[in-house]
Amino acid sequence: MANNEIIKLKNISISFDEEKIIDNMNLYIRDKEFITFLGPSGCGKTTTLRIIAGFLQPDSGEVIFDGKVINDVPPHKRQLNTIFQRYALFPHLNVYENIAFGLRLQKISEKEIKETVTEMLSLVNLKGFERRNIASLSGGQQQRVAIARALAVKPKILLLDEPLGALDLKLRKDMQVELKNIQKRLGITFIYVTHDQEEALSMSDTIVVMNGGKIQQIGTPLDIYNEPKNAFVADFIGESNIIEGVMRADFWVEMAGNKFKCLDKGFGVDEEVDVVVRPEDVDIVKAEDGMISGKVTSITFKGVHYEIIVEIKGFKWMIQSTDYQEVGSTIGLVIEPDAIHIMKKSEYSGLYGDYSSFSEEFDELSDATVYEDEDE
Amino acid sequence: MKKKSLFAKIYPVLVFGFLYAPIAVLILFSFNSGKSTAIFEGFSFRWYEEVFRDTATLEAFKNTVIVAVVSALVSTVMGTAAAIAINNYKLKWFKQATLTTTNIPMMNPDIVTGISMMLLFVFISALFGKTGTLGFTTLTIAHVTFQLPYVILNVLPKLRQTDIHLSEAAQDLGCTPIQSFFKVVLPQIMPGILSGLMMAFTLSVDDFIISYFVSGTTSQTLPIRIFSMTKKRVTPDMYALSTLIFLAILVLLVISNVITAKSENKKQKQGSKKGGALK
Amino acid sequence: MGKKSTLLSRVIGAPYILWAVLFIIVPIGMVAYYAFTDATGAFTFDNMLEIGKYTDTFLLSIWLGLLATVISLVIAYPLAYIIANSGENRQKIMMMLIMLPMWMNFLLRTYSWMTILEDNGLLTTALNSIIEPLFQALGKEFEPIHLINTRGAVVLGMVYNFLPYMILPIYTVILKMDRSLIEAAQDLGCNKLQVFKNITIPLSLPGVVSGFTMVFVPSVSTFYISQKLGGTGTTLIGDIIETQFQTANNFHLGASLSFVLMILIFICLAVMNKFSDEDGEVII
Repeated sequence: MANNEIIKLKNISISFDEEKIIDNMNLYIRDKEFITFLGPSGCGKTTTLRIIAGFLQPDSGEVIFDGKVINDVPPHKRQLNTIFQRYALFPHLNVYENIAFGLRLQKISEKEIKETVTEMLSLVNLKGFERRNIASLSGGQQQRVAIARALAVKPKILLLDEPLGALDLKLRKDMQVELKNIQKRLGITFIYVTHDQEEALSMSDTIVVMNGGKIQQIGTPLDIYNEPKNAFVADFIGESNIIEGVMRADFWVEMAGNKFKCLDKGFGVDEEVDVVVRPEDVDIVKAEDGMISGKVTSITFKGVHYEIIVEIKGFKWMIQSTDYQEVGSTIGLVIEPDAIHIMKKSEYSGLYGDYSSFSEEFDELSDATVYEDEDE
Repeated sequence: MKKKSLFAKIYPVLVFGFLYAPIAVLILFSFNSGKSTAIFEGFSFRWYEEVFRDTATLEAFKNTVIVAVVSALVSTVMGTAAAIAINNYKLKWFKQATLTTTNIPMMNPDIVTGISMMLLFVFISALFGKTGTLGFTTLTIAHVTFQLPYVILNVLPKLRQTDIHLSEAAQDLGCTPIQSFFKVVLPQIMPGILSGLMMAFTLSVDDFIISYFVSGTTSQTLPIRIFSMTKKRVTPDMYALSTLIFLAILVLLVISNVITAKSENKKQKQGSKKGGALK
Repeated sequence: MGKKSTLLSRVIGAPYILWAVLFIIVPIGMVAYYAFTDATGAFTFDNMLEIGKYTDTFLLSIWLGLLATVISLVIAYPLAYIIANSGENRQKIMMMLIMLPMWMNFLLRTYSWMTILEDNGLLTTALNSIIEPLFQALGKEFEPIHLINTRGAVVLGMVYNFLPYMILPIYTVILKMDRSLIEAAQDLGCNKLQVFKNITIPLSLPGVVSGFTMVFVPSVSTFYISQKLGGTGTTLIGDIIETQFQTANNFHLGASLSFVLMILIFICLAVMNKFSDEDGEVII
């Protein structure tokens, strides 16, 4: 594993105006992998990317590229290229000249430049756009030019800073697939920054979940979704009910006034824990058949399923089901052992996972602000 | 909105009439065959011939152009560098102090700026026991000084508008920081630099009050020459001269407007044609 | 960005900083120095005390400057509003027409007014030939109109010369104004006049303030206009300062007058800036 590691961050810390943005971060990135830094606004993900690119100097710690410390190597000498949030295409140059920009600095023959530019344009499906003005391109097309420009200089690593943030939903989905394909075809490392958990889950080989300048969890998308390490990760990735529980023994957890069988072990007897139950993993049955039961307080049609909020012992659960339930009715819930995931208590315990103040509008609002004021 | 009131139609005509009346009079009398600037006696080109025979006026014209070119170039280079630096200053108080100082020559009445510089030059020459220091150098220094704020205020907004990521992107692709400035940032702020240069040149050509206090007898500019002539009774040769300048500028403005309009048209056409073909 | 290049980008400002200290700040110090010293270089208040004699001149300068500024505003505002609401091509042409006179030397433009306003000038002759029959019809004795060498002529000269400086900033703010604000006001029930009063005027205030200072400052301190159009009867503070430096050779008195003028104007500017929250950016 150690020999195909291309980037290593060792004890990286950085502060702006006395505020710690990255706090003693350690991470290695393997060659040819698609790794995503995922987290809310201000979590330090863009800062990490800028440290790797060389636009920021860490206050302490080492950035290691291919076994060499590159802290003092300026950005223009680093073999990695960046896709900027708003593309940063040069408005005074046309598409061709934008893509040729990095090549011209390398004193390559005009013929070779032309070949590479043509190759890059076909890679991003923009054949025939050579002479176009940057201003005359749509957001998606500008995005493609930015990708072509960065890839033209054949970087070992491509850094992408929320590259799809400015595109509309449909285009974003298409570009996600396309980016993943490009990465596979070229076989280079992609380091991707996003606040969109869906994007991260669908594209990445590895996800690094960050919050408050610290790594919360590193793992494959499946690991992160199924085995979140703490309440923050569980809440940030997908929907989850996070309930306070007590481990009575290995494979037995008590929560919501009942004992449940689970697949987790290795906790102390009677240790307090956070229990994660994903809304789609709960089965609805008649009240008397349920392991626990509660009253439906609201139901919302979501297209594929209904989103049902059920109050059980003062705690509001969210359950996704294809069956309609009357508001006010009492229903029973069945939770299979493999639907239960146990987490150790953390600083985030009790902060997330209760749907009592749940409002979709609020969710969207906070989402919208996320990429307005992205961390510096 | 479409319907224009009568007022909106007539009012601009009245104001423009007011603005152009004296200019029309001036142009009219430049063709006067008589010596008067008040009674038109007949049409002639004699004052135009006179202009080209008057060596003092031609000399003043030459001085004006030299001072304007030199001072505008100096102030544009120095002002652009200053704008870049100001844009990068991190110390708030220092940045603010620099900007405030920059504003002083624009806020101060020209007469105060003029005499303040004159006093400085006189004081320094007195220190060295010399007299008659006022001349080309002092004139150029003064012109650079009052042009600098206009250059800086033209360039600064362009720098602020320039996406900082552009320079980063250039470095990312292999430019050194200095290369990235010349290849990427400079083209972005060029319009600001050019309009600063234009404004600096114009202000220099047009300035009378400040020049009046800091120029010596050997460095008369056209406005100063005009001033000394209007002290006596003006003959229409001055009118002829300014008519010529006025026409030259009018032609320049029309040409530059036509060029920009054409290039804009071309750009739009190109954009829409290609855009159409793609769909 | 690398540390070296950041440093470089700040260091290139050094020539300007040096220049600004040497030729902006030090000269103002020189004005103060001359204002408070006598011919031997000794400290004195005499120059300042002598200024008392010119109180009337100061007041007249301020009064005429204010008058010219207010008249400019009254003329400029409707024009700026009309231009900003015209089609794009008309806007371009009209703005060019406003800038163009500024290319004609200001001394000659003023001089041209002199020939128009003279007793045997165009305007005076024309007006008198209209009025004379009126007087005769009324059976009164005809008194020819006299235009040159009056305060009115000076104010006219100021308005004429500095009017473009009032039009430009007002036009710019009106043009930049968010049109949806006007629509929102209409939507909320404002009629055209109320929109103008409640939205357009308050939002264009920064432009008005900017134009106000750009007309007031040169008007108060002018000396050429008053000499040509005001004759000997209308001496302004600029004339007196000019005389001290160019003919009377009393630099110390001239410096103290300039010093007071400068202070007065900075106070005016500070007061004006209170009215606008613009961050001092002059709109040109």
